[in-house]
Amino acid sequence: MKKLFTPLLIVTAALFAYAPFAIQNAPYESTMGLVQKIFYFHVPAWIAMFLAAMVCGIAGAIVIFAGRKDADRVALAAAELAVVFGLMGLITGPLWGRKAWGVWWQWDARLTSALVMWLVFVAYLLLRKYGGAGSEKLSAVLALFGMANVPFVYWSVNVWRTVHPKTSVVMTLEPSMGIPFLLCSLAFVGLFAVLLAARVRLETVRASVDELYLSLED
Amino acid sequence: MRRLLSLSFAFILVALPSFALQQPPSPPEGFVPASSLPGQEQLPAAPLVIIAYAVVWLLVLGYLWSIWSRLTQAERELADVSRRLAAGQRR
Repeated sequence: MKKLFTPLLIVTAALFAYAPFAIQNAPYESTMGLVQKIFYFHVPAWIAMFLAAMVCGIAGAIVIFAGRKDADRVALAAAELAVVFGLMGLITGPLWGRKAWGVWWQWDARLTSALVMWLVFVAYLLLRKYGGAGSEKLSAVLALFGMANVPFVYWSVNVWRTVHPKTSVVMTLEPSMGIPFLLCSLAFVGLFAVLLAARVRLETVRASVDELYLSLED
Repeated sequence: MRRLLSLSFAFILVALPSFALQQPPSPPEGFVPASSLPGQEQLPAAPLVIIAYAVVWLLVLGYLWSIWSRLTQAERELADVSRRLAAGQRR
């Protein structure tokens, strides 16, 4: 991972530097106009959030069944990223909705389930911070519930009536809109990987500090 | 400060469901020409797009700064404890 970090960081920075030009060159959507351009950061932020939720859930499962401490560090890092990327989605979505739907928020299936999923990961972080000893396994279970929410949130727009655009929108994008969207999605996935590596490194250093303190006491 | 943050968070958690209970605005009786809409409805898109992109950048940069400052602090602590441990072993 160490060898991959620098090239990944360079590629991600290049993608983020190019993204504004790609978004600017993308055509206006016929009914929503300029405000639809929020889509190029809003959806990739949720893609990164879903990725973080799945990494957190899988790492949580490893913590529960194998008790591995390295997996616990990955789960904690991914949970924090799920909250950050989820917050991006939860803020940019209403800004789009205000213009496109005329309201900031609607308590429909997609928006509510997305908020609930985000709150699960906020709860994970609160549990890790204030739960005391043994909170690792309890929070790992919470991570599994958070991951289980991902398919519900994703398919909610196709199953229930909602104001939110359906998932088919992404698959049917014109190349002039699809290519900037793909670039932005790759930039966010790259950003997720870079931040995850940095955050796991922080937890690894903290674990080393704890081990040294124990050695010092002995 | 921590108590204030906890109280604010608890307030948000309690307040969110109350927003869910709000009734949606009633639909209009007939079609309304866009030109006669109130000013609030003729919302320009540019500020919303700019705010959305600014929020994303602020969150990314803020989080990067947060990781960097925490990592610097942890590495400083690691170096400090390592030094103390080495000094203890020499004695």
